[in-house]
Amino acid sequence: MNHFMSSGCHPLKCYAALYCRRKPKTQRSKRYLESRESKLTENTKTAMFIRGGRTSEVVSQTLKDMYFLKKPDAVMFQKKNIMRPLEDQTSLEFLSDRNDASLFMFGSHQKKRPNNVVIGRFFDFHVLDMVELGIEKYKSMQEFHVGKFSLGSKPCLLFAGEAFENEPEYQRLKNLLIDFFRGPVIENIRLAGLEHVLLFTTLDGKIYLRNYKVQMKKSGSRTPRIELEEIGPSVDFSMRRTRLASDDLYKRARQQPKQAKPKKVKNINRDPFGSKLGRIHMEKQDLDKLQTRKMKGLKRKTSDNTDKKVEAKKVR
Amino acid sequence: MADLVESVLQKAAEKESKYKSIEVHKDIDLDIDAGNLLAVDPNPLDAKKLREKRDEYLISLARDNTQLLINRIWELPVERVEGTIVAKLPAPKTILPREKPIPKPKPETKWQQYAKLKGIQNKKKARKVWDDEIKDWRPTWGYQSRVNDELNEWVLEVPANADPYEDQFGKAKKAKTERVAKNELQRMRNIARASKLKVPGVGLTPTDTPSKDHLSKALTLAKKSTASVGKFTDSLPKEKPVKNTGKKRKFEPNVGDMSKEKSAQLDILSKMAKAGPTVNVTKAMKQHMLEEEQQRQKTNSERPKKAKSIKKSIKRKQGKDTKRGGGGKGKRRGRK
Repeated sequence: MNHFMSSGCHPLKCYAALYCRRKPKTQRSKRYLESRESKLTENTKTAMFIRGGRTSEVVSQTLKDMYFLKKPDAVMFQKKNIMRPLEDQTSLEFLSDRNDASLFMFGSHQKKRPNNVVIGRFFDFHVLDMVELGIEKYKSMQEFHVGKFSLGSKPCLLFAGEAFENEPEYQRLKNLLIDFFRGPVIENIRLAGLEHVLLFTTLDGKIYLRNYKVQMKKSGSRTPRIELEEIGPSVDFSMRRTRLASDDLYKRARQQPKQAKPKKVKNINRDPFGSKLGRIHMEKQDLDKLQTRKMKGLKRKTSDNTDKKVEAKKVR
Repeated sequence: MADLVESVLQKAAEKESKYKSIEVHKDIDLDIDAGNLLAVDPNPLDAKKLREKRDEYLISLARDNTQLLINRIWELPVERVEGTIVAKLPAPKTILPREKPIPKPKPETKWQQYAKLKGIQNKKKARKVWDDEIKDWRPTWGYQSRVNDELNEWVLEVPANADPYEDQFGKAKKAKTERVAKNELQRMRNIARASKLKVPGVGLTPTDTPSKDHLSKALTLAKKSTASVGKFTDSLPKEKPVKNTGKKRKFEPNVGDMSKEKSAQLDILSKMAKAGPTVNVTKAMKQHMLEEEQQRQKTNSERPKKAKSIKKSIKRKQGKDTKRGGGGKGKRRGRK
């Protein structure tokens, strides 16, 4: 009677190629797959911290400290992963796919490139940008004997230096660093919770990273006076190799969904001074109901009763 | 009067001297993105200071910039949430690359397209329905729903005019598997359509009341469904040769449409240049069939056949309203 299950001229033959797209079998796996799908408003990016085949004390300490800065949106790999990110990205992309992570920091130490750190990001599980930085000078968090900020607080990011404005490589690096350290996108922020500042300064091919804790002092006004205290890590980086995304790919990665754009409000615009101008459409005014100036003499006397009351008041 | 002004000014000056100022002067204003808590300082750095007293210079630079950022954040509208003061941040200004591409809208299924065309709206079904027999709520669909009642019955009616030795339980079970298979096939067809693959004809869909056309089609298909594509299948006596089956070859005239020929040649070239993955259909097919076989074996071993000794003979209600399936390509949605 039926031909779906048994007929020789099987329509399924044509679908064999599609058969890899199977439905998830359990609700749990379905939820898991859905959590990994692309979304309109995305999750906070997770960062992987990867040790290379050989790491020096400085490099592993840097990775540990950066992991602390990035927690809780971070994974620290305990095992060594022998790879060269700038030469071959396949294993990196594999790790990104496995961990659903789109940021990474890779540390290694070689004779050719001592104290090496590679920072990068992924788009759709493929490497988008990678920048290799050499650690020139390093002072870890432990060396600063001061209180740290509370875990998971959103840091303030500061950038200084002309290169971040003018040079394309540094511009991209700036964007990458913002992406890496900015933490979750939030709507509200607790004013007392602004306690961590990251400063990136660049001059003559060096990048200086400093971490500070914010202390709010009285200023006599509502806004507090800010004092800073260094909490580490403080790192002096030098720029090494880079592998940046092509403009085309970069543009594609930066596309914003149409739904996320704010809707245009009709009939309202703003003039150069920032005041709101609107056009209102009204019905024709009914002049019969117009309220003219009130005068005592024109007041209508409805009944004698009311007059008496008025008189009584006057007597009192 | 002058005394009053003087005293007010004095008080203000005293207050100011007591606390350090929150004012910071910069030649070029900072580029502040409050949504990301980000401030970019476009002012040139003091290279000499940076080289000589690096940490002191950097901390003073950071302090000034943080102060400016904080000043900006403190201007934002605030509210009180659970005893703490929070500021409402604007949306981030800096455009950062996405993690994954923008999700594409889900492609419509054939039914959804049709429903849209006809203006058919979805009626929301309740998750549970009241069952009078067991006096309880039961799921409308899925596990423990009434849909599967037929499979769990300990006794089944044998329809009038039916073979009394026919296995009614097996029939019900087979009907269910075929409904599931049909649904799966339609899902596949929807995926194929969405990914712009060639959507093959549906072949033959199951119908309770097959028409003459349907039967002849089934016959031709069955005859051809051999390893030798029906070469050695015997034909019935007085059987007419089948018309209009198979592909018709079309020959273009030798001299004629240049543009058509050009496009055909270009098509071949582009096909050759395309570096897409080729799917080994035979292999995939084999794998699929193997899996199916395993599945069947598994289900057979799990469910031993029930005893089918008791059968009532009440005629099963058959759907008269079933649409007669024609030979065309139209969607057949016969009720079972």
